[in-house]
Amino acid sequence: MAVERYTKDHEWVRVEDGIGTVGITEHAQAQLGDIVFVEVPEPGRQAKQGDAVAVVESVKAASDVFAPVSGEVVEVNSEIATQPALVNEDAQGKAWFFKVKISNPAELDGLMDKSAYEAFVKEAS
Amino acid sequence: MSAHRTTDEPLRRTPLHRLNLELGAKMVPFAGYDMPVHYRLGILKEHLHTRAKAGLFDVSHMGQADLVGPDHATTALALEKLVPADVLNLAPGQQRYSQLLNEAGGIIDDLMLTRPALPAHAGRLYLVVNASRKEVDYDHISARLPANVRLEPAPNRALLALQGPAANQAMLALSPPTNALAFMMGANVHVDGIDCHVSRSGYTGEDGFEISVAAERAEELARLLLAQDGVEPIGLGARDSLRLEAGLCLYGHDIDEATSPVEAGLAWSIQKRRRVEGGFPGARRIGEELAHGTKRRRVGIRPDGRAPAREGSEIVARSGERLGTVTSGGFGPSLNGPIAMGYLPQSCAAPATPVNLMVRGKALGASVAALPFVPHRYAR
Repeated sequence: MAVERYTKDHEWVRVEDGIGTVGITEHAQAQLGDIVFVEVPEPGRQAKQGDAVAVVESVKAASDVFAPVSGEVVEVNSEIATQPALVNEDAQGKAWFFKVKISNPAELDGLMDKSAYEAFVKEAS
Repeated sequence: MSAHRTTDEPLRRTPLHRLNLELGAKMVPFAGYDMPVHYRLGILKEHLHTRAKAGLFDVSHMGQADLVGPDHATTALALEKLVPADVLNLAPGQQRYSQLLNEAGGIIDDLMLTRPALPAHAGRLYLVVNASRKEVDYDHISARLPANVRLEPAPNRALLALQGPAANQAMLALSPPTNALAFMMGANVHVDGIDCHVSRSGYTGEDGFEISVAAERAEELARLLLAQDGVEPIGLGARDSLRLEAGLCLYGHDIDEATSPVEAGLAWSIQKRRRVEGGFPGARRIGEELAHGTKRRRVGIRPDGRAPAREGSEIVARSGERLGTVTSGGFGPSLNGPIAMGYLPQSCAAPATPVNLMVRGKALGASVAALPFVPHRYAR
């Protein structure tokens, strides 16, 4: 069973067999507007929780995408680099950014579950 | 990702505030106003729609004012002491782009000025200045007028811009005389019975109109225009990407009090008579620059890859030497790629010169590009 967690920076991480798939939330893509550029990290990069590892730019502004958990980047989604608009279309599905081999699963305990994230978004808006 | 307020002052609203909300605008603070950054289409589609058909912009935050004197020559000569344009020889109805200059030849603001065609308005000049510079401009102008010329701000007027290849057709139905207006000409007309001043000008590089109207008729006029074929409401986000593609300056970004109009590539807006006669602030520096050139100049820049270089990004030579700074940068929807403007030394300002842009600590390849990025399509 995959576990899904969310960060205050509006990222999601879906965890399965110790691998976390990371992307930005539906709320984040809607706030950003038309996404025109995505930069994904180099596979093999060792990321610490909170490191800025990817970039997403809309017509309005550039935003960092942070590693929600520490670990090694094992796979990246090159499709969103060539088709940034995919992030607008399917932020929490096809438009994942990278996969990370989680080095400290305890970090997941500090993240929000779906209902906590939904409440967080509601409060912030 | 959230818009921050810098002061506690309540945001001002334009006469189209209610309509903007009804049209689904996302509102953001801009120059002290609550302004639509985009509507339901979003910035990208709004930009492309304006280039393909027509966009209606609420630009009522801009400062509108009349300079009022006893006759055209008196008013024109009073303004000529502050700007380098030939105001005296404007024909009735003619509009010009110019700059308020400081004593060092730096740009206090850029503005549009029109000599009214209306006989009853002889001796007046209509001014349109930037929202963020209204107070500065009005104080500056008022303090430098002769006793028989006065500045009358018109805060009770709204300003709408209708821009794009379908703008003329849309206006034709509502105000036939506007069809005959040439680029940079204006007229006092009725638009479906509403008193307006319409000029054939804009800030997108497309054919189009700027329509000044009494605040209380603005919503009615906007609804009329939005009901025409191909007209969609367009926000400030697309206004910015449209003007950047058109190579047009944004005050406070591409030009400021330290920039001269010659450095900014605006020498075309200084007519011959003024070059010869001078008599405007900074005339000495600007005369020197016109004769001998400037050290730096505004250029277009096209990044090689997909990453936009935003305002403030450093421009460096391929050798690593620091050359200048990006003053406007983003994504050009019509070019489907990143574009920027900035200042470079003359020696590397020629189109196709390779440079690097520093983005997030990395040097990204780019080259100098001719402006505008997208050809102007004004009605000549």
